[in-house]
Amino acid sequence: MKGSFRQSMAWLHTWSGLVFGWVLFAMFMTGTASYFRPEITRWMEPETGRPASYAQAAQGAVAYLTKTAPDAKSWSITLPDERQATARLFWRPAPTPGEEAPRGRGRSENRAILDAATGQPVSPRDTRGGEFFYRVHFQMHYLPVLQGRWVAGLCAMFMLVAIASGVVTHKRIFKDFFTFRPRKAAQRSWLDAHNLTAVLALPFHLMITYTGLVTLMGLYMPWGVAANYKAPETYFEAMFPRAEEVERSGVAAPLADLPKVLATASAHWGGGRPWIVNVSNPGDASAVIEVTRHSGDQLAYSGGTLTFNGVTGQLMTASPQPGPAVLTNRVMYGLHMGRFADPILRWVYFLCSLAGCAMVATGLVLWTVKRRSQLPDPERPHFGFRLVERLNIGTIAGVPAGMAAMLWANRLLPVGMAGRAEWEVHAFFIAWGAMIAWACARPTRRAWVETLSASAFLVAALPLVSAATTSRNLVSHLMTSDWAMVAFDLTLLALGGALAFCALKAGAYRTAPKPRRRNRTEEAPA
Amino acid sequence: MSGRAVRAPAWRRGADVAARTVAAIGLGYLLAALAAAALARWLPVPRLEATMTGSLISFAVFAAVAMWAFAAREAWRVWAYGCLVASGLAVLIWLSLLMEPRL
Repeated sequence: MKGSFRQSMAWLHTWSGLVFGWVLFAMFMTGTASYFRPEITRWMEPETGRPASYAQAAQGAVAYLTKTAPDAKSWSITLPDERQATARLFWRPAPTPGEEAPRGRGRSENRAILDAATGQPVSPRDTRGGEFFYRVHFQMHYLPVLQGRWVAGLCAMFMLVAIASGVVTHKRIFKDFFTFRPRKAAQRSWLDAHNLTAVLALPFHLMITYTGLVTLMGLYMPWGVAANYKAPETYFEAMFPRAEEVERSGVAAPLADLPKVLATASAHWGGGRPWIVNVSNPGDASAVIEVTRHSGDQLAYSGGTLTFNGVTGQLMTASPQPGPAVLTNRVMYGLHMGRFADPILRWVYFLCSLAGCAMVATGLVLWTVKRRSQLPDPERPHFGFRLVERLNIGTIAGVPAGMAAMLWANRLLPVGMAGRAEWEVHAFFIAWGAMIAWACARPTRRAWVETLSASAFLVAALPLVSAATTSRNLVSHLMTSDWAMVAFDLTLLALGGALAFCALKAGAYRTAPKPRRRNRTEEAPA
Repeated sequence: MSGRAVRAPAWRRGADVAARTVAAIGLGYLLAALAAAALARWLPVPRLEATMTGSLISFAVFAAVAMWAFAAREAWRVWAYGCLVASGLAVLIWLSLLMEPRL
């Protein structure tokens, strides 16, 4: 490119940031929320109770499965941790004679959700819960899953390019760390805000983008695997060794005491938590129990699996220790998911991730602010400029509004409604689309103020909506010291307040005054 | 480059940006994929480890190529050198496949 290395990198940063910015903003927002996926699920399933110990939940699960599916080919139990209120079960029925394979795991009649404490089945309202934000974060929606993941991958790849070129562009990276000039000319303040949110959490942004690509590496970059393995299955077997499936012997034998098996597993892991329990051939002499460690027990996302004799409860095999590269892959995965984080670190994750949202948002706004003063007629910008401006408004105010709308729909749609979960999701996109339409219909400043205010209202009113429609409210959570749900309501209020603050600021904002004479101390903008 | 007076006519600037963008995405991915495969074949560690190392590094290769595509003085250089490196990597992979088949 013409000009210096830094100039070409500034150009690359500007344009890759703009083209992918809107999708990246939505990915950052939903990803940020996903650090509280279990809490969001709990909020969206008000019919469920409180978290309980995994041992208690395991006891309830075995009792339920022994009654409901004693002859199943296998049981699978996802145990709750201290953030989840339910155990999720599914089972594969024994194949009927003449049938080739046991029926699939996806069938709803082979699933159950049990209260963690009582072991009784619960039927929460039909909702995707926190799972939706998690999924849409990396595979979009209304698109085939693989296509959606490629879109996310392309955006993430250019996020990486934008970060790297942004660092190059930035020659005063250390100095800007301490620079915020809110009362300077508009462009300078927006630049400072963009630099501040980007540089402050730079290690996080770099880590989260790279590890995000790594989480879907098998899809994006299968060529290393293809170079070494004829069939991908051979690679997967090397990567995730699994025990052979054993046929039922036909000799009845009672299942080993599951809580005791789990205690053995936990002791083997030095106090680690069991997470997924697979029982094959329950009630038979050939029964096998596989216990997988909680993915948040260590930095590495995969904590390994132990195999027990299902009758005697004796430990048979442990999954092999991974080599350094495989372990690196799992640690990168774990760093991205953040499940290992204790509450304080989880909030650090959340705040860094919010800084990422702010970085993308301020970058998008900076694009328009910087160009407005250079337009031939700033009062009547050309189409491209107006399009960027409207999409900025509609997306920055629209994504939080959409996320809130989904929670509104969760409380307001009739519980028995057909397609309820899908309509909650539609509410997300309807609200986002409505915000873009609103932004297009109004003058710029009014559009900012109105959409941000609407968004602030949608978010901040949620605790009230919940209190009006369910037995859950701030007071009841305080009385029962359900701190996760107390924090949930308070966070909604704080986020709503932050959006309202942005709306106020947008209202008081005066478009860039004609550039006055340069101050001697001011340096040329980056 | 933005805001700078560039002498070239608009269509040439457009073609230049297009050539670089295609190089950044297409060539970037090609080189990343070949680097992943070549490392997976040649690293002197167990196959699974080599496969994983190559794949983990590939995204950094992509980002570096994408930046280079826009930093290089002329777009054709990116294509020329990029294709040269790509053929080199392809030959390396082919040689290793001749010596030892896939699992």
